[in-house]
Amino acid sequence: MSKGDKGSGGLDAARRRFLGIALRSAVGVGLVATTLGVYQRQARALPATAIRPPGAADERSFQGACIRCGLCVRDCPYDTLKLAQLGDDVALGTPYFEARRIPCEMCDDIPCVKACPTGALDPALTEIDNARMGLAVVVDQEACIAFQGLRCEVCFNVCPIRGEAITLNYRHNDRSGRHALFIPIVHSRACTGCGKCEKACILEEAAIKVFPMALAKGLLGRHYRLGWEQKAEAGKALVTPDAPHQYNLPEGARYEHGGRGLIVGERSSPPVPPAAPEPPMSPFPADPLDTLNRKGGL
Amino acid sequence: MEPGGRPGAEAIKQKGWIGAHRFLILRRVSQLAILGLFLAGPWLGIWIVEGNLASSLTLGVLPLSDPLVLLQVFASGHLPASAALIGALIVLIFYLLVGGRVYCSWVCPINIVTDLAEWLRRRLHIKGGANFSDKTRYWLLGAILLVAAVAGSVAWELVNPVSMVYRGLVFGMGLAWGVVVAVFLLDLFIGRRAWCGHLCPVGAFYGLLGEGAVLRVAAVRRERCDDCMDCFAVCPEHQVIKPALKGADKGVGPVILSGHCTNCGRCIDVCGRDVFAFSTRYSNHSRLVVPGANQKSEVSS
Repeated sequence: MSKGDKGSGGLDAARRRFLGIALRSAVGVGLVATTLGVYQRQARALPATAIRPPGAADERSFQGACIRCGLCVRDCPYDTLKLAQLGDDVALGTPYFEARRIPCEMCDDIPCVKACPTGALDPALTEIDNARMGLAVVVDQEACIAFQGLRCEVCFNVCPIRGEAITLNYRHNDRSGRHALFIPIVHSRACTGCGKCEKACILEEAAIKVFPMALAKGLLGRHYRLGWEQKAEAGKALVTPDAPHQYNLPEGARYEHGGRGLIVGERSSPPVPPAAPEPPMSPFPADPLDTLNRKGGL
Repeated sequence: MEPGGRPGAEAIKQKGWIGAHRFLILRRVSQLAILGLFLAGPWLGIWIVEGNLASSLTLGVLPLSDPLVLLQVFASGHLPASAALIGALIVLIFYLLVGGRVYCSWVCPINIVTDLAEWLRRRLHIKGGANFSDKTRYWLLGAILLVAAVAGSVAWELVNPVSMVYRGLVFGMGLAWGVVVAVFLLDLFIGRRAWCGHLCPVGAFYGLLGEGAVLRVAAVRRERCDDCMDCFAVCPEHQVIKPALKGADKGVGPVILSGHCTNCGRCIDVCGRDVFAFSTRYSNHSRLVVPGANQKSEVSS
């Protein structure tokens, strides 16, 4: 017991009761605050299928700036966005969408960002193509039928940034030995994470999925430089000087790099540069409708 | 109140049932009408108000934002955009005029739940319960701002029953009904007015705001009081009544100046003698009868 008030028992009892109540309140509130702190850390774990609206900052920042008012949800013309309800895996009351359910239609005027009263959806985002809601990833190469040598290209064709966010790379089909695989490749420099590819994927479970950027994107070491890019930028090699390779070959033999290879027993004649090969005809017209309307197509 | 009688029985006799429930009815109309404005959009396609109580847009022009939510955003280290700031300013000015905890009694949907619990508690004669300080709400208010600052996240809004229920009604409840039931049971069995009167940090914030508010309930005809205690029985913050009602001898004015008063007007309803009325903080004059002289002097407190 504290000093003083020893004389009056009544005051002492009253003070003791007061201190007891104050202590109980403080301990109770401390427990609540601690629990809340722990809970909010867990709430920061965004499930892989939940995509934030365009202009949302990283998850930590977003949860500090979003006031859960739902005005972005209201102004979304396609019912893409919804607010997380109690019991969902997403932080309560925050807006998100699931691409496989309803993807983002990438409105030109970005009404959800305009509706946000706090700027949690960055008002500086005025060009929807610059949005980075997430990143599409071809997650299952076993299931994707393009990898089986079948023609699909649905993700490539529905992509709103067609030919840039998803391109098709041709590879040799080892199974048939005489066909090409048309492999979809996603490029993060153009993909907005709208999720139309995931929505459109013809498989029962999509083989291409949009993930939050933090999950989908790797990062080459920040210090890392790609030699050929540096060289192209500088116009010359920066590390070792460009010198023609010296082959140590026996008399009468030479090596034609990028050409015929090792040549033996031929008198040296001035190498004739091979004619530049014609660029292969792209089987994909610029207009996706041409694909659909092609005679015999589909 | 007669022993065993229900508070307001005398008032019903004097003013009729409607007269003795005037402000209660008006409050329910107000609470449901505001909710109705939010629901008219999603339910009927009539978009008058969009959003929820955290932030809303009325008729596409009027922004309104909850100042406490914005305070948490500030605490978490973000500067909200101007729409939210303007909206919060409008709300602040409004509640400074009509009384901070008018939010609690005329707007908040949880109030209907806790009022029901209190009514049942009285009817079922449930007494006692946990004894914790009504200052706990200030501790909680401080704690949620602290958590927001430390975590950099509007953490309280993950669990806040007030915003959860409103958002739930407008955007989809999920499991939020469980929280409504929890608050109801808390008030019914664990402590009288436990949530709204002791714990709720939202109410604590609006109570602080209400300390300076203009519109007030006053015991304007306090000399008529016959100590029936009906007003104490129905008042959600009954500690606020006594200084104004019984302060005549101490020179305390008749206006209830505590920020905790929710301006619900139930005391006005249940008083058979019309002691209480709405007034302003500027009419808080106490008529002191100066002993020995047959004149009245005005003392402002």
